[in-house]
Amino acid sequence: MMRLRLALAALVWLVPLAVAAATGEKVVAGLSQNRISITANFVGSEILIFGAVKREEPMPAGRLDVVVTVQGPSAPVTVRRMAYTYGIWTNQDQVTVDLAPSFYAVATTAPLTRILSATEDLRNRISIPRAIRSVGAPATVGDAQLFTDALIRLREASELYLMAEGTVELTEDTLFRTEVALPANLIEGAYITRIFLVRNGTVVDALDTSIVVRKEGLERVLYQLAHQDPVIYALLSLIIAIFAGWAASSVFRYFSA
Amino acid sequence: MQLYLPIAEVSVNALLLFGLGGLVGLLSGLFGVGGGFLITPLLLFIGIPAPVAVATGANQVVASSVSGVLTHLRRKSVDLTMGWVLLGGGIAGSTAGIWVFNRVAAAGQIELFVQLCYVLFLGSIGALMLLESLRALLRAKQAVSPRRNHLLVHRLPLKVKFRVSGLYISVIPPVLVGVLVGFLAAIMGVGGGFIMVPAMIYLLGMPTKVVIGTSLFQIIFVSAYTTLIHAVMSNTVDILLAGLLIVGGVVGAQIGTRLGVRLKAEQLRILLALLVLAVGGKIAADLLIQPSELYSLSGAKP
Repeated sequence: MMRLRLALAALVWLVPLAVAAATGEKVVAGLSQNRISITANFVGSEILIFGAVKREEPMPAGRLDVVVTVQGPSAPVTVRRMAYTYGIWTNQDQVTVDLAPSFYAVATTAPLTRILSATEDLRNRISIPRAIRSVGAPATVGDAQLFTDALIRLREASELYLMAEGTVELTEDTLFRTEVALPANLIEGAYITRIFLVRNGTVVDALDTSIVVRKEGLERVLYQLAHQDPVIYALLSLIIAIFAGWAASSVFRYFSA
Repeated sequence: MQLYLPIAEVSVNALLLFGLGGLVGLLSGLFGVGGGFLITPLLLFIGIPAPVAVATGANQVVASSVSGVLTHLRRKSVDLTMGWVLLGGGIAGSTAGIWVFNRVAAAGQIELFVQLCYVLFLGSIGALMLLESLRALLRAKQAVSPRRNHLLVHRLPLKVKFRVSGLYISVIPPVLVGVLVGFLAAIMGVGGGFIMVPAMIYLLGMPTKVVIGTSLFQIIFVSAYTTLIHAVMSNTVDILLAGLLIVGGVVGAQIGTRLGVRLKAEQLRILLALLVLAVGGKIAADLLIQPSELYSLSGAKP
């Protein structure tokens, strides 16, 4: 049984490679920037992802599609749900989602479910629900799926999860380009950009690159001070507060006198 | 004008924050409350993570309290002796409160218990204050001078002269008020100005105008201590966010203290009673009315 499973697993991994080898289509891509600096006046950033499909042989038959995903650093998230008990609304059940990306965008040439098979989606973790990893929910919560759905809904509402179907432009089945808007409330870290070439529901080639998002200037100085010398940072915040209080009081007195 | 905050990791509108700070500072200067009850939910509403909102709010409260106290000091409406006594009791009380909170938190449902206590507390204090001050206002209109009633506080030993308040009372009640307020503030997670101000007026019999300055005086220390603890233990004070709030806050506090001079003590008490009732009502509404979104997200420890 174990051996059979291994063999199946090997087969599953080999099939796309075999397909890729047979079609010989490769993706070549570039980004408008692979570094984003968060400075005090950062209001978000638009990144241009572009590239081409490289072929050694004539183009195979069937429709070619391109899927681009951008994924921010992942972290566990606790989802709480309020319930009505004894006449009042309070937080009752909670489910911790093991890993959810802080930002996730999917851009495609056509509706995702039409161009990508469910198994390929599962294997490559492309669609938003697949990009979230939720292993165990407490046994006391019967409807754990609702919590993951709520996570997606809330993050979509705050534009942290984006499903932009049909926003990848593909010209002559060779050149593609898309723009992904990164919001202003980004967190630091590596944003992984993946580009998939999809033919007949299967991924024929994929490419990973990453964009480094980093605080710079004043933002960096303050962040580091807060974490490395918290006592000095705290005293600094208090001094600013006391000075500002004194200054306002003096200025007002000067004008009212 | 958008500004990215280094600790909160969100981008916010600077002008909006000046406004929020100003509003909270105004209430602080007018009533002698810290304003944490107001600034925390407002910051949460504009998308600041909860721990950052609480810690940074405390930092802003330091600034607006200093701003207000300095003006009150010049007006000689701060009872420093009383302030130190209350502060001493407050520190003891909040230490005990934190200890009890951690003990009870292990048993679960502490939040609910706290919220219910708060609604009861604010509701009853607000209602009593409103009745009392309305009655006082009517009495004042009839031009009958109110008789100074002898409270229990006059019969206890260890008498101390609180010159600014015009009181010669035992030191025990102020210490107990400090302990009680510190204890409740630690359990409820807010500064306690809301409980402190009515307690000083009604339990200690201090004049309303002196109460405001004295309350602000002890709030400076409580909120500075809170800021320090949050910054060192959890790195959640956002200095840039605090800076924006402070600019509005210190100006608001000045306007508040000037506005306070023009109002009669009874009018001030009525307004404070209404504010207390509004906050209590808001918490009660949150518990009773079905929220539009049942789910909420928060970062989890990995």
